[in-house]
Amino acid sequence: MDTCIQKIRELAADLLERGEVEKVIGFAQGTIPMATSPISVGTKQGVDNLVFNSTCGLNLANFASRQKGKIAIIAKGCDCRNIVTHIVENQLQRDQVYIIGVPCNGMVNKFKIAALFEDEITGFAEDGDTLTVSSSSQTKTLKKQEYLRENCLLCTHKNPVLYDVLAGDLVKEQVLENAFPDVDKIEAMDVDGRWQYFKRLTQNCIRCYACRNACPICYCPTCFVDEAGPQWVGKGQNKTDVDTFHFLRAFHCAGRCTDCGACVEACPMGINVRDFTRKLNKDALELFGWEAGLDISKRPPLDAYSPQDPDDFIK
Amino acid sequence: MKFITIDKKDWTKGIDNSRKTYQLFGPVKDENGCKIIKLDTNVLPDMDYHESVLSAKSVLFPQTETILTTSLNESVEDHHIMKRAKNDYTPRAVLGIRPYDAKAIGLVKLNFDTKEYREPYWCDAYEATTFVGLGITRPGPFDFSTSVGCGPFCEEGLDILLADLDDKFLAKVLTPKGEAYAAACGFDTPADDKESQALFDILRKEAEKNIATSVDTGNLKEKNLLDLHEAPFWDDVAFACINCGTCTYVCPTCWCFDIQDEAKLKESARFRNWDTCMSPLFTRHATGHNPRGAKVQRVRQRFMHKLKYFLDKYDQGIMCVGCGRCVKSCPVNIDIRKVAHTMNTYEKKD
Repeated sequence: MDTCIQKIRELAADLLERGEVEKVIGFAQGTIPMATSPISVGTKQGVDNLVFNSTCGLNLANFASRQKGKIAIIAKGCDCRNIVTHIVENQLQRDQVYIIGVPCNGMVNKFKIAALFEDEITGFAEDGDTLTVSSSSQTKTLKKQEYLRENCLLCTHKNPVLYDVLAGDLVKEQVLENAFPDVDKIEAMDVDGRWQYFKRLTQNCIRCYACRNACPICYCPTCFVDEAGPQWVGKGQNKTDVDTFHFLRAFHCAGRCTDCGACVEACPMGINVRDFTRKLNKDALELFGWEAGLDISKRPPLDAYSPQDPDDFIK
Repeated sequence: MKFITIDKKDWTKGIDNSRKTYQLFGPVKDENGCKIIKLDTNVLPDMDYHESVLSAKSVLFPQTETILTTSLNESVEDHHIMKRAKNDYTPRAVLGIRPYDAKAIGLVKLNFDTKEYREPYWCDAYEATTFVGLGITRPGPFDFSTSVGCGPFCEEGLDILLADLDDKFLAKVLTPKGEAYAAACGFDTPADDKESQALFDILRKEAEKNIATSVDTGNLKEKNLLDLHEAPFWDDVAFACINCGTCTYVCPTCWCFDIQDEAKLKESARFRNWDTCMSPLFTRHATGHNPRGAKVQRVRQRFMHKLKYFLDKYDQGIMCVGCGRCVKSCPVNIDIRKVAHTMNTYEKKD
């Protein structure tokens, strides 16, 4: 993956020089270890600021929408799926965006790596499958495969599904025996156990809405929690209100979530926000044979009528 | 001001003694990190923590706080008349607070306790609180507190400053409040003033050496406010921002709040909740007009407030204590050190 950055920069420079696009949206190196920052590059000289590595965990699809003029976007597998979703949901026209697809080997789980250290991480480097991570007291060499994010470990669409050009060779997609081991675990709990599980999950939520704002499908001009007339949800730390936000947001994502993991990546409190959406992804697959963001010609299941609908009431 | 030593073997007993007269707050670790919360009677503060995602500001300024209540039951006297909520302002102590968080409380005080107006909820909580700080011997990579008039052993805003000496704490008791708290614990083993101060000086210098980043804000005072406001760099600063409230909520000096009324059956209450200038709702008028409707305006507001408006208004430095929490927690790595540098070195082109 680290070798593709040269190709990305060449492609970006060429697109900008030819005037094919006005801006290239990608990632820049952050100011601290394991951090990257979305960036918009408008000049050929600026392309050297672009990076691509296993800490580019956010999803750039929302940065592509509502831009003026034609833009190019550096898109890994999940970003591409969300660009597809944006096109299907009329947030973006296909001809407005030039997709530089990047076959992805997964993003690292920053919380899991941080948990290995007593003190703060001061250095992070990757070379192929080897990560070198250091703090002021120690340095550890890690295998990237063992420290991938949970959604990346379960990803079956590492390769871009829609692109104009590829910045690297396609990678082998994994075939999973069970794509939802995490959901199975929660489903196996009794009602009380499940309730306790979700209660615990939201106990540290500070309602900063980083999960929602990082989410590529949370683009509503006014989110239901921000609506003031009528006000649907209380705004304080009342447990019911906090949970209502998470549960309702998850339902809004049904059949649309690509499990890109941006919500988990963004949460400052370390909440595994995906736990709210995963069951809905499983339902979408089992009931409708649907995975979001694979095909711009198909309508999402909750947006279409089908006589084959598994529910009786619709027939 | 005096010095005492506290043998760690006596620590638990002393802290438990103080529970008779103080509610205690302190750092507690869970699987998601460390937070500074009210301690249950069987919980001790974690004095070995390195950093907490959230600051200690919630001890005085909870994320949600009931400020007024009333009854909607018309048979009750004074129904529909909002009265101050009966909050608990008995003595409390926050243990293990970081020096930058204590300094931050002093900055917040400039806003809540002014000549013209005393904000009763925050001020009453402030007056009830004793701040027992713990010097930072190993500053983290995000700490730039020495650049902004603070530091790992800064005493501002503290009643007691502790230094961790492995088997004991050396305590510098700074105020009468601190003396009262030490007495409530039964900590009274005096230490030699001169030697103790020398030791604190060594620890401070050692810790300050380990602060790896600095930021120069020395030119900000002289910069023209409107020049900075109109500067061309804000679009680039704001591009990555997703407008979540993380930076403002983790910040020890961000004090903005929103007022909400809620009613349940016949009981009604007015709450205040932390608010964030990153949210479009923060400034949206009832008419629908929003003077800070665009993301770039909101991002600019946050940095201008911290690094320029506050400085100009109070002349007490910038509204940042260099804890680095926003740097670490920002999902898109917008780094206040970088923005401060950009503002500090900006020259308007004619």
